[in-house]
Amino acid sequence: MHAIEFCDVSKKFHGSAQNAVDHVSFAAEEGEFITILGSSGCGKTTLLKLVNRLYEPDAGSILLFGEDIADADVTNLRRRIGYVIQQIGLFPHMTVAANIAVVPELLHWEKERISARTDELLTLVGLPPEEYRSRYPGQLSGGQQQRIGLARALAADPKLMLLDEPFGAVDPITRAKLQEELLQIHGGLGKTFLFVTHDIEEAFRLGNRVIIMNAGKILQFDTPEQIIKHPADEFVVSMMRSVQEKERFWRELL
Amino acid sequence: MFAEMAGYFQNNMDDFLRAIATHAAISALALFLAAAIGIPAGILCVRHRGVQRWVVPLFQALRILPSLAVLFLLIPVLGTGLLPALVALVLLAVPSILLNTVAGLLQTPEFMLETAAACGMTRGQIWRSVWLPMALPMILTGIKNAVTEIIASATLAAKIGAGGLGEIIFTGLGLYRFDLLLAGGLTVALLSLLAAGSVSLLGRLLMRYKYV
Repeated sequence: MHAIEFCDVSKKFHGSAQNAVDHVSFAAEEGEFITILGSSGCGKTTLLKLVNRLYEPDAGSILLFGEDIADADVTNLRRRIGYVIQQIGLFPHMTVAANIAVVPELLHWEKERISARTDELLTLVGLPPEEYRSRYPGQLSGGQQQRIGLARALAADPKLMLLDEPFGAVDPITRAKLQEELLQIHGGLGKTFLFVTHDIEEAFRLGNRVIIMNAGKILQFDTPEQIIKHPADEFVVSMMRSVQEKERFWRELL
Repeated sequence: MFAEMAGYFQNNMDDFLRAIATHAAISALALFLAAAIGIPAGILCVRHRGVQRWVVPLFQALRILPSLAVLFLLIPVLGTGLLPALVALVLLAVPSILLNTVAGLLQTPEFMLETAAACGMTRGQIWRSVWLPMALPMILTGIKNAVTEIIASATLAAKIGAGGLGEIIFTGLGLYRFDLLLAGGLTVALLSLLAAGSVSLLGRLLMRYKYV
């Protein structure tokens, strides 16, 4: 049984001529860290939002652990899936602890369990609970806010995490640190991660397999090594070339 | 002049206090009704774009009407006394509350609502826990504008026999008694400041996150 399975899924937006997601099929196994790489408008965010049903597909079906998500109750489904976005979306009127507790509260956990879980997660993302628990999002830096965003998504221990360019708006140094920490978190929890990015290095560094998308279609889905060795088509080759050019630029400069 | 004012207060303290009480009661009732209409109507406007298309311009137009005109226009319909005064004050106060509610709700970023949905909140939970709290600062600004408008305009309500501090002012006007004008006018101003201050205080209590 696959953790996620897309079966010939298409999604078209109103007033658009082409499919945003065009007959996509793929499967990912439990515990995998899948990155989805593509330029803006390629359909990668749409693909992600189909998984927690922020969008509904026009055709095809999506299975999570063998269950067709179209048959699931949509709020229950979402409470079982972690979701992190670039704009972070912390609720400004709630404390850090209340933000992390959102999903556990929806699931009616007991108070002690929620506060224990909140402290555990704050520690996991590297923010001391006594210091950060009762702060408000507005008092935190961008990097700290995204740590809370990550903690909120992990709160109810979902088996699947969806991350939509979560580090897109943080500075390069913080980003590298957060990437490292995310890898550690992933390694320790055995969860399946689906991570959208337009940054090639990020995609190849984080993913054990990478999906390369263009114009709503999957061009290649393979391990980073295989993609580098056997790029599927001209588009993938040109992406590789852009990385090499960047590398040359730095080598000449240093 | 101050001696005259002191004399007025000595002899008419009961009337004065009654005028304040009436003024405050009319204003409070009008504010309550305006909020009870304006906030749900604002929510309705955001829920149904079709409603918004005609409700918002209607209330924007209503805002232009001078309070005095509204009061006198209502006399043939509702007669004189408390009821038409109340109706006029509510009509005056609803626009600022309604329009601010709409603006506050619309300025909440789409990704916030999407995140709330992605956490597994139902529609009702999104409204209660995210959308309305995030629009609250704007709604309270609307209420603050409304309450100052109501207290000032309630003075005019005395003209159609609803009582309040306007009575003292109009008596002062009629008799060329500056002490009465001053006593009534200053009290209205003070009442306005007090009410606006209370709303601000309420905002600070409800939105602690803005002041840390």
